[in-house]
Amino acid sequence: MKLRLASFLGGLIVLAGGQLAAAQGSLRLPKTVEAGAAFSIHTGGSGKGVLYIVGPAQVLRRDVQLGEDISFAPGDMHNAGHYLVVLTGGSSTEDGAFDVTAVHQPTTLSFIAKPSRLPVDLHDGISGVVYVFDTFHNLVLQPTPVSFQLSGVAGASQTRTVTSKNGVAWTKLDSASKEGAAKFEARAGNVADERIIQQVPGDPCKLKMDVRPVGQRLQLETEPVRDCSGNAVPDGTIVTFTEIYDGGQATVDVPLKRGVAKTEMPAYKGATISVATGVVMGNEIRWGKE
Amino acid sequence: MTTGKKPIAWKPIVIAFSLLATVFLGASDQPSVRVEPTDSVGPRTLEKQTETAVVRDYLKAWHSLNGALEQNRIDLLNADFVGTAKEKLSDTIQEQAKLGIQTRYTDKAHDVKLVFYSPEGLSIQLIDTVDYDVQLIDHEKPQITQHVRARYVAVLTPTEVQWKVRVFQAEPE
Repeated sequence: MKLRLASFLGGLIVLAGGQLAAAQGSLRLPKTVEAGAAFSIHTGGSGKGVLYIVGPAQVLRRDVQLGEDISFAPGDMHNAGHYLVVLTGGSSTEDGAFDVTAVHQPTTLSFIAKPSRLPVDLHDGISGVVYVFDTFHNLVLQPTPVSFQLSGVAGASQTRTVTSKNGVAWTKLDSASKEGAAKFEARAGNVADERIIQQVPGDPCKLKMDVRPVGQRLQLETEPVRDCSGNAVPDGTIVTFTEIYDGGQATVDVPLKRGVAKTEMPAYKGATISVATGVVMGNEIRWGKE
Repeated sequence: MTTGKKPIAWKPIVIAFSLLATVFLGASDQPSVRVEPTDSVGPRTLEKQTETAVVRDYLKAWHSLNGALEQNRIDLLNADFVGTAKEKLSDTIQEQAKLGIQTRYTDKAHDVKLVFYSPEGLSIQLIDTVDYDVQLIDHEKPQITQHVRARYVAVLTPTEVQWKVRVFQAEPE
């Protein structure tokens, strides 16, 4: 009795398995579809049914005639992702899955260039990151060559070509030795995007002043203040003159004007006058003798 | 007598397993999460705190996604999604509501790998091989529940207080 029951149950399982296999076999899906492309799904059986295509990125529901091919027009499935397909008809339900992949041709670049302003002559000072998207704003995950070009006011432009990985490409470039605006462009296929990078002079490189007596006072004036690449340091940069004399000290802070700093200080015999800006010390002058 | 072996201290082991069991039973509806070691993720050094925050916020985004798609509520996406990801999920929710469909995404396991941290720190990319169940409900009638394993690419960007998902896209395994 036990044996017969087991054989009967076994038969049911085989039969059920066979029906399931047949049912699953009647729904034929593409493995992958390019976003926005037309495609069709083949169904088996007869009668009316409902077809669902379900994913977080998109959902579709169609009333269908079983046994016919169900066609999807260009643009119907445009979001890349993994989709569950469910076909219901009568008492049976079939399911499957397929993937929608991004269009290989890039259409939009998300280009992040940093910083927007930096000192000249800085190694790897500028970074560019590009995320590559297709026309439906899907991330293009296929490796795609992305070229970065930095061209500015002086010197040869820098160009790097990087192949994107998982939809992203990045690079680092040096700022130019001359101050001024530079155009930073990223290009993938026929699409390009650009940013403007301001390259400003760096810190002063050296500082030198001259002194000239004017009556009872000394007129102090620096030579034009420049960075190590020869760019004029911006007006407004503070230069500090310090005079140390017998029993006292005087300090004057002067902003650069037209590239130089000027001031007057009392002329004490034997005084020591020094000049500095930022972390740069200039020359020192000892005035007269006691 | 000296054998060179210490007697097994059973009591602490039992306590440890009890605690583990309590943790697992208490959190049975939580997905298991594995984060692959990230020795190098690209141009910027990834600090442990950043990695922890990114993974935490990404998993929270899955929770929001499930709630939003199950209840057809776009507002539930606001806390964890921005940009393209939010727009696409919002479109799906609108379409579901129009068709009378709800979907329930129950994530079971995540295998997360952080693959790119941009040099200026404004974006981070991860790849997640995720196991989840999808239940399809049409006009409040459950149609099917299917187990899915898929590979998701996500890009997160920092906001005032957390990381938000900006790109969320499954790709063929």
